[in-house]
Amino acid sequence: MSQLATRPATPTPPSSPSPGRKRGRSAGTGRRALFLYALLAVLALIYILPFLVQVSSSFKTEPEAAQNPLGLVPQNWTSAAYTQLFAASDFPTWAGNSFIVTLFVTAGRVFFNSLAGYALARIPFRGRGLVFALLIAVMAVPGVVLLIPKFLVINQLGIYDSYPGMILPLLADAAGVFIMKNFFESIPVSVEEQARIDGAGTFRTFWSVVLPMARPAVMTIVILSFQGSWNELNHFIVSTQDPGLTTLTKGVAQLSSGQLSQGTQYPLKLAAAALMTVPVAIVFFVFQKRIMNASAGAVKE
Amino acid sequence: MASSTIPRGTAGTTRRRTPRGRQGLTGWLFISPVVVILGLFLVVPVLMAAWVSVSDWTGRGSPLSGSVGFVGTENYAAILDGEGLTSRDFGTSIRNNLYYVLLVVPLQTALSIFLAVLVNRQVLRGRGFFRTAFYFPSVTSSVAITVLWLFLFSSTGVVNRILSFVSVTGPNWFQDPRGVIHVVLAAVGVGTAPGALQEPGFLGISGWEWLAGPSVAMSAFILMAIFTTSGTFMLLFIAALQNISGEVQEAAMVDGANGWQRFWLVTLPMLRPTLFTVLTLGLIGSWQVFDQIYTGTQGGPAKTTLTPAYLSFSSAFNNQRWGEGAAIAFILFAIIVVLTLLQRFALRERDVPRRRRMVPVTVSSTGARTASSPAEPVGEVRR
Repeated sequence: MSQLATRPATPTPPSSPSPGRKRGRSAGTGRRALFLYALLAVLALIYILPFLVQVSSSFKTEPEAAQNPLGLVPQNWTSAAYTQLFAASDFPTWAGNSFIVTLFVTAGRVFFNSLAGYALARIPFRGRGLVFALLIAVMAVPGVVLLIPKFLVINQLGIYDSYPGMILPLLADAAGVFIMKNFFESIPVSVEEQARIDGAGTFRTFWSVVLPMARPAVMTIVILSFQGSWNELNHFIVSTQDPGLTTLTKGVAQLSSGQLSQGTQYPLKLAAAALMTVPVAIVFFVFQKRIMNASAGAVKE
Repeated sequence: MASSTIPRGTAGTTRRRTPRGRQGLTGWLFISPVVVILGLFLVVPVLMAAWVSVSDWTGRGSPLSGSVGFVGTENYAAILDGEGLTSRDFGTSIRNNLYYVLLVVPLQTALSIFLAVLVNRQVLRGRGFFRTAFYFPSVTSSVAITVLWLFLFSSTGVVNRILSFVSVTGPNWFQDPRGVIHVVLAAVGVGTAPGALQEPGFLGISGWEWLAGPSVAMSAFILMAIFTTSGTFMLLFIAALQNISGEVQEAAMVDGANGWQRFWLVTLPMLRPTLFTVLTLGLIGSWQVFDQIYTGTQGGPAKTTLTPAYLSFSSAFNNQRWGEGAAIAFILFAIIVVLTLLQRFALRERDVPRRRRMVPVTVSSTGARTASSPAEPVGEVRR
């Protein structure tokens, strides 16, 4: 609440609002706006500065990163951290694994979520209500609680330490099914009826008529899946131990916790963390508008 | 969803010629991949873990093999009896996470409302820039942010450097196990526990230890959580704010309400559904602290960043105490469910009368309810 408590500090609006409102406002508006921008600028700086420091420190030598953490321009530019990451570490392997998993998970989620969403939105079948209720229940299970259970099943199925073990469990995405379902329900039924009259089967109708119309929702799923699987950590901790299957999140986490390194090695760690942020950052800046709406839209009706 | 009845009714006219059975088959075909995957990797695991939590499985072979014995509530007792090390570790982890939740949830909610209101101003240049700046930390992975945080909060890091500008000697954040409340008490001369608080209490933790507050190390994680989640929640509040029509604000202005009153008496009550969503998501998320601990401190220093989620993981995977690990996971699940229900209850009770009392009549027509419904899912929300 302390955040809110700072608000009255704004040059208070005229104390007797109704009569002299117009004049009072124009006098106060300038100072008010100035204060607002100053406040926003300070806040934005707090949110951005860490990332600037991260990038600049990754180009510093280790002593400089420790002694002068705030300097945004390295005194001795060095790309040693990046060279070491690519030439003398498993970083490329981690990145490769992350890309493989992310690609399959994203593609799989788009396909399965839209299939299920379409069935829930459009096809009347026995047990639909039950499936719907189950999906809601499933979403309520916190992911961290599933760490041990997931390992048990993956192990039991014999897919521990394999790509299927890393990818298949991540395809379960109840929230995505809801996003697709909600979208399909917003498409007029008449469109499909036309296709049906033309003799298309259910899958045909879905695949070549409805799915192309659902592009905005599909993009939302793509973005969320990409972000989700790229940033996923705990599933990979419990589904693999083979160093050849380590993903970026797991690799960088181990690098950070010192399991793979000695000393502080801040430039190296910060470089690794910065590099792993690049793909999500690109997706973020390319699809910025849509992401902003998607995160909010998932909650809106 | 009431709308699901609409397509069924209209589509029925064209589908009458196909037997209903075939429709059903197609429906199940469409939905089966998701159902199978969810069943296999969510429902079955939970059942298996339920069995492991009452067994003496040590991680060798299959937990379903005949050699694994049933031990009843032994594992749960070991965690909750307040005597052994397991129980004390669990108690410590609950204490740590409790302070985390108590600080993170209110602060992230307040900060995100604050940011949303600031960014949502009618006349604001560079709105897109500010929104992006505040939201960006939310898209980065918790691992990358933790690595960055370890650097920022190191003994010679950025934060301590900035503190030194105002002549404050910052602590060695991630190495500092002192509880924040203890630090404050020590500053006013209370260095040791009064006798009554030294006895082992609930879960084997003494009253003095329960009252330690989050450790300095945990405080750094608390700041990190606020930093990374406020952007996501800000977006939810912005969406809700945009659903509040300007008319209501104008009406309040005409009635002579100043900005402060408008916020508390008009805006905030209308944000209630979103507030509810954010509090629920925040509560659920902040009981699941794992990635940061795995990447950063592994529970240290002096176990003050140990959380139930990490304890559950490390008991099973590092110490081969699978039964206890699974039992901790179920207890954590129960805690989350109970607290969420409690919160639902607490917020629902006051919801209706307050809304009626405080919101102008015009609100009903603009439909504050449309902002969001609490049960709706959110794609990816950072924990």
